[in-house]
Amino acid sequence: MVTITINGKQVQAEQGQMLIEAADNADIAIPRFCYHKNLSIAANCRMCLVEVEKAPKPVPACATPITDGMVVNTKSTKALAAQQAVMEFLLINHPLDCPICDQGGECDLQEFSVGYGKDKSDYYEVKRVVKDKNIGPLIATELTRCIHCTRCVRFGQEIAGMREMGATGRGDWMEIGTYIEKSIDSELSGNIIDLCPVGALTSKVSRFTYRVWELASNDFVAAHDCIGSNINVQTKNGVIKRVIARENNEINDTWISDRDRYSFEGINSADRLTRPMIKQNGQWQEASWDDALQFAVNGLKAISDASELGAVCSPSVTTEEMFLLQKLMRGIGSNNIDHRLRQTDFSAQDADPRFPGLGMKLAEVKNLNAALLIGSNVRKEQPIMGHHLRQASLNSAQIAVLNPVKYEQIFKPAQEFIAAPSQMFNELKSLAKAALEITGKTAPDGLADLVAGQTVSDAHKACIENLNEADNAAVIIGTMLQAMPDYAAMRMLAGFIADATDSVLSYLTPGANTSGAYLSGLLPNRNAAGESADGLDTQAMFAQHRKGYILFGIEPDRDIENPVQVQNALDNADFVVAVTMYQSDALQNSADVLLPLSAITEASGTLINVDGTWQSFQAASKAIGQSKPGWKILRVMGNLFDVSGFDYQSSEEVLADVKSAAGDAVTDKAGNKLSWQCPDKSTAETALQRIAELPIYAVDAVVRRAEALQQTADAQVNCARINSATAEKLKIEDGQTVSAVQDGHLVDMSVSIDDRIADNCVYIPAGIESAAALGGGYNAIELKAK
Amino acid sequence: MSQTTQAPSDLINAESKQDIDHWLAKYPEDQKQSAVMAALRIVQDQNGGWLTLELMDAVADYLDMDKIHVYEVATFYSMYEHKPVGKHKICVCTNLSCMSCGSGKIVEHLEEKLHIKLGETTEDNQFTLKEVECLGACSGAPMFQIGEHYYENLTPEKIDEILAGLK
Ligand code: SF4
Ligand code: FES
Ligand code: FES
Repeated sequence: MVTITINGKQVQAEQGQMLIEAADNADIAIPRFCYHKNLSIAANCRMCLVEVEKAPKPVPACATPITDGMVVNTKSTKALAAQQAVMEFLLINHPLDCPICDQGGECDLQEFSVGYGKDKSDYYEVKRVVKDKNIGPLIATELTRCIHCTRCVRFGQEIAGMREMGATGRGDWMEIGTYIEKSIDSELSGNIIDLCPVGALTSKVSRFTYRVWELASNDFVAAHDCIGSNINVQTKNGVIKRVIARENNEINDTWISDRDRYSFEGINSADRLTRPMIKQNGQWQEASWDDALQFAVNGLKAISDASELGAVCSPSVTTEEMFLLQKLMRGIGSNNIDHRLRQTDFSAQDADPRFPGLGMKLAEVKNLNAALLIGSNVRKEQPIMGHHLRQASLNSAQIAVLNPVKYEQIFKPAQEFIAAPSQMFNELKSLAKAALEITGKTAPDGLADLVAGQTVSDAHKACIENLNEADNAAVIIGTMLQAMPDYAAMRMLAGFIADATDSVLSYLTPGANTSGAYLSGLLPNRNAAGESADGLDTQAMFAQHRKGYILFGIEPDRDIENPVQVQNALDNADFVVAVTMYQSDALQNSADVLLPLSAITEASGTLINVDGTWQSFQAASKAIGQSKPGWKILRVMGNLFDVSGFDYQSSEEVLADVKSAAGDAVTDKAGNKLSWQCPDKSTAETALQRIAELPIYAVDAVVRRAEALQQTADAQVNCARINSATAEKLKIEDGQTVSAVQDGHLVDMSVSIDDRIADNCVYIPAGIESAAALGGGYNAIELKAK
Repeated sequence: MSQTTQAPSDLINAESKQDIDHWLAKYPEDQKQSAVMAALRIVQDQNGGWLTLELMDAVADYLDMDKIHVYEVATFYSMYEHKPVGKHKICVCTNLSCMSCGSGKIVEHLEEKLHIKLGETTEDNQFTLKEVECLGACSGAPMFQIGEHYYENLTPEKIDEILAGLK
């Protein structure tokens, strides 16, 4: 620590810290455009010039390291003259279109020109004009407004990990853009809107729909992945106009994913169910809430055997809703409750930790020295986790991946093992064998035999050595792995590898609130207190047809693994209650009553993220139509069912109950440890196996209705991808239309040759429209030429 | 949208690759981008004096760089061309020293003689006229560069002679 003087005030600062940081920490304002604390220093705008004693000229505060005893003046005549001069230069080419600029009212340039600009211009020559570029459906450009701070360029290079924007040309002709007509494809791209200090980059979706000062701002938590990024939901008259990032250095730094930024369009969608509906004599009709709830409860009551009822719930609704749903079901007498919609192998569910979490804090991810990521397209599944892993990798962490697809990562993988899902167990056996050899640990029961015939490559060895030598290492179970057959067996080996190399076994879970679901007991095999129970899991509930179902926040054709099986079960059920935000054909076909559920932003609640952080929020936007918060709907159902303990007056009261049941469960290394049980692979080899990743913009009903996101490159996934070797074997060509066949169900699709896909696999994502007519995501599949 | 294994850098011919490798050898293994200027010059020569988008992408691929990074370099420096040029590219300096020594006259004379404006190419594809900034030869102002040669202390007569001497 050294002491410096800024504007006569003594300030403590770190030796070598930049002047601007010290001033920021001491709440002394220095104007700036190019400096951003989470980006590298460019020092190109010169707005931050200040006077330092004994320095002959003003110096840029963002690029001047502190030394002991430095005397700084940010407001002296000299400093001010320099700041004003820079301002004058910047304004030469800046248009005067503030009245129609979306940034107006929150523009740094506007603000600083009040502080440092002249009221009269000496410049009478022409201003330069830059043609706007089309950089895709998310970001609007008005590059005449650009002041060349290069924040957007540095963001691409340093944070997004793909440099898409650049500064081409030179001097007066320099332009920020992509040079060629191209969309910005990073899943984090929207952050450059927040970063741009002027109105050169604004949101295409929100454009011209508000003036900043009309917006009410609401602190909120993003609800599309297990990270729980902090966001600010901004509304005008109760309607969401935009979502921006909110800083939280424990979770998402200053960034959010495009999915969290633009998904609100889905909340405002015209598909929203606005009134309760009931089906009588095959006819849908609107009903009052009282009638609809009574109708729903009567229908379920008519099924006298409670074990004939099943409830499945979205993993992205609030903890309060989850808690009440399981409380209702258990109160009625059924343990058939689940939120694990895509998991198929439940054989080791009793070995799950109290809740499957990261085993560390999100902020600790960047300190990892080594990791093995299994079955995960992390940057698309949990974009902010991708960011943290990238930071780790930039700090020289060695990250290996084992995947069925050679995804483009935003970090440089140390080793890449690409194998068909059915072969991934084999790869894990090789890694486990390498772990035995390298660590010298004694093999637990049966492992030596299991791995006896395995070949261990140099890459396997290197991966294990990295984990073994690292101070901080993690074996990370990706979201995709949890949906695969033989998940239990693969997890067991992952657990062994973690154990042997003293790494944390980490989980990246589906949806926004898997942690909340575990802790509120939304599981067939455990209640809220973690005590064991005996109910049917999601797959069993649909394989063994139930007579009645409650679908909570779910679209049955998209959200559950093996949609054909789900459809069958629902078609054969006596009574189906859907509590849903949307109305859709699939729901109308299978349900008997539709109860309009408010969106997550329309009610108070709590989400628990993957590192176990509980985050509560208040309603941010106005409920659409007559939709109601889930906890209120369930409270009335509880009362109508005469289940006791449903007299909640507020969501906070529900939360208090969850808290007392959950205790202070945390996710840590010890808690995530698995006890050894020799695994074996149970599923048979198939000639051609499907890979059913859940694509970034198909994860839930809200995202699927966010129009701009649906126009991005990442949303164009409606085709069957195979690699060239597989294509040759099947005699299928790029672009050809084929029939994809699973269990006799058939869908026509065009084929795209993609050499990132593992051999003998067909990549057809889950959650997309055409997959609704197919079966199990990782099951056998056939492609037939037409 | 198919993603197959054919590399964009296949556009660079064997000879050019060899040339680029010569430059690559001068830099550390993990800093291939240091050779970008040389690589761009080499592929530009390979292509008859100008760069195409595909060639810039090929350089990006060969040097493991982001494409936009290559575009930035290729649009910053005036020796890289983005449209076809004539056999002889005449780069006339019009910066300060040259201007005060009469570069205006030089440009005028060239434009009249070749019947083209700055930035254009003659119909027979023999000459391209290009305006450039200071080439560091102020002591010989006014000047221009053709190919790898500087021609200094220009006068209209001298220019006629120089052009007549070009094949
Ligand atoms: S577009 Fe915005 S962020 Fe990018 S360089 Fe210009 S002013 Fe800076
Ligand atoms: S903020 Fe210091 S130079 Fe831009
Ligand atoms: S100004 Fe022409 S060479 Fe310097």
